[in-house]
Amino acid sequence: MTRDLRPLFEPRGVVVTGVSSHPGKFGFVTLHNLLSCEYQGEVFAVGREEGTVLDQPVLASIEMLPDGAAELLVVCTPVSVNEEIIRAAAARGVRAVFVAAGGYSETGDEGEAAEARLVAIANELGLVLAGPNGQGITSPPVGLCAQIVAPFPPRGRIGVASQSGNFVSAFQNYAKQTEVGLSRSVSAGNAAATGIADYLEWFADDPETDVGLCYLEGLTAGREFFERVRQITMRMPVVVVKGGATSGGQLAAASHTGALASNDRIFDGMARQAGMIRATNIESAFEAAATFATQPLPRGNGVLILTTAGGWGVMTADAVTAHRDLMLTPLPNDLLAAIDEMLPPRWSRNNPVDLAAGETRDTIPELLDMVAGHPAVDSVVQLGLGIQGNTADLTRSGPFYPSHGLERIVDFHDRQERRYAQAAAEASTNHQKPVLVASELAITQPKNSMVAAVRETDRLCYSSANRAVTALGCLVRYATWRRARI
Amino acid sequence: MTTLSEKDSRTLVANAGVIVSDWATATDPDSAVAVSRTMGFPVAIKLCGDTITHKTERGLVKLSLTSDDDVRIAARDLLAAATPDDGDVELLVSTMVKGDRELIAGLVRDPHFGPCVMLGIGGVLAEVVADVAFRLAPLDRLDAHELIEDLDAQTLLGSFRGQPPVNREALIDTLCALGALSDNPTIASIDLNPLIVVNGFPVAVDALVEHA
Repeated sequence: MTRDLRPLFEPRGVVVTGVSSHPGKFGFVTLHNLLSCEYQGEVFAVGREEGTVLDQPVLASIEMLPDGAAELLVVCTPVSVNEEIIRAAAARGVRAVFVAAGGYSETGDEGEAAEARLVAIANELGLVLAGPNGQGITSPPVGLCAQIVAPFPPRGRIGVASQSGNFVSAFQNYAKQTEVGLSRSVSAGNAAATGIADYLEWFADDPETDVGLCYLEGLTAGREFFERVRQITMRMPVVVVKGGATSGGQLAAASHTGALASNDRIFDGMARQAGMIRATNIESAFEAAATFATQPLPRGNGVLILTTAGGWGVMTADAVTAHRDLMLTPLPNDLLAAIDEMLPPRWSRNNPVDLAAGETRDTIPELLDMVAGHPAVDSVVQLGLGIQGNTADLTRSGPFYPSHGLERIVDFHDRQERRYAQAAAEASTNHQKPVLVASELAITQPKNSMVAAVRETDRLCYSSANRAVTALGCLVRYATWRRARI
Repeated sequence: MTTLSEKDSRTLVANAGVIVSDWATATDPDSAVAVSRTMGFPVAIKLCGDTITHKTERGLVKLSLTSDDDVRIAARDLLAAATPDDGDVELLVSTMVKGDRELIAGLVRDPHFGPCVMLGIGGVLAEVVADVAFRLAPLDRLDAHELIEDLDAQTLLGSFRGQPPVNREALIDTLCALGALSDNPTIASIDLNPLIVVNGFPVAVDALVEHA
């Protein structure tokens, strides 16, 4: 049965322990973050110093917390006092506890015993216990930033649960960079009572979350994890990236979390059987999740490439052809005839559909809709956009702007780029197929009008065609797995 | 950990649905010749007993025997090679099956994930190629189908050197049979190595069951 994690991710009121006036301490930073990201609930600080911190009165003890005012307790105090604090907090109405403090099972036998006592208290009092030894949680839909680190990610549809706190930050950083946001994020820490499967299960029923993204190092109850995840993936795609895939990585992971990384090939088979999408690294894991979060699931594996840049078309055709889960759709005759009507005869007359600079102002939007609407096409990769936006950028920054008619042409270029981006999003929405726009400008020139416009459509602008192909492959793999089981 | 003899291992996996090459046991050179004639040459003969493992390394496998004399000499040598540690032994005579493709399949128990079915490309280069994949047992036919699809060497599973493609349904039967055997707690592991592809059908020419 899914555990109710609502008090953790959408608490009515938060209380932080271990707050001091030292801006470098975890208690201070957590309080600062809670007060700085538009969280609407009440925030309370508990600490040993009298007076205020960040204009917030500091309560001398948790007993001074008004009854029922806070549902979430964030623990930044040392091991020795935490059990008492948690009991007192529960008596004041707290229902979820995030223990950011370390000093537990990651440190040895004594810490392990203390951690076991935390779990026993949580079970006895019916509390959700997250951590210990975790960086915290964020919940952008309610402006909750209860973590000892930055950044606060933009709001989106990806739920992150990670056995490494730093990778939570990495996913948050990518969310900021790409503007494809997160719904929730949690650093599971030692996962004493609440593990990755618990978070994913809750995400699967969470109306704010469309895809789970998790980082795993070790699993102590692998079989149970498998049985639970294969139920979750029937309701929500899950992207997993696993550390300890090699024996070198396994050593580092063992010393890191105390959990033994298991045989990688068995893990891989387990993931596939359970319908989890396994990414090989953090970047591609984020991009896969961002694609699940922002594109419809494809109905089949046929990919059509639309390009204004010949070389990118060729390279991408190679990448699609080499991909086990994708197929370069042979260009159907009726589509070929229709495109012949729109373009001068030098176009490629094949998939990739290379426009060969034969397009006029309306060609790309019309083509996008036409190819996405064709039943032989399951998904579209659009390449070569941003050239006009790039020209606009140089023109705008040159010495002749805005005279010589330059203002008008710059506006035209930018307007066209926005049209292309919108046309890609509309074609995707109207025909319920993935339409991915890829350009290195996503990284090299993120202010390019095309890149900005793609982001305004709430989609990921892929920083290269091969990364778009990799992400698309993840969608096709999941869609195929799921279709076979419905 | 103890092992079952090849005879008992073959019986166990065959009863579960795995196709094994034709075989019979013999106690002496003369009866080995008799069963070889019935089976048809060429045959293979191995020394068979509950404690015998690493047959190849110990030279306890005689392959491609094509005549009465070959069989008689091989049988005599094998029986002579038995040591007191081997306990009760007999001869296992099996037909030599022909196929260019070898697979390897098995059942293992992982400390974290429990019983898992393995499928891989077999043969002398198997360890170098390392094209293997796993599924957690028991597995349904869809899981088994996807396990086969996981192998990199898909071209090897298609039509190959004039041989028909690997019969997926038959291979799925084999994999599901292995998976179903995970219900038996006395089985620690199963090795079908190799599974030779004969007219598309995976045929186990050796089987080793380890007891928990």
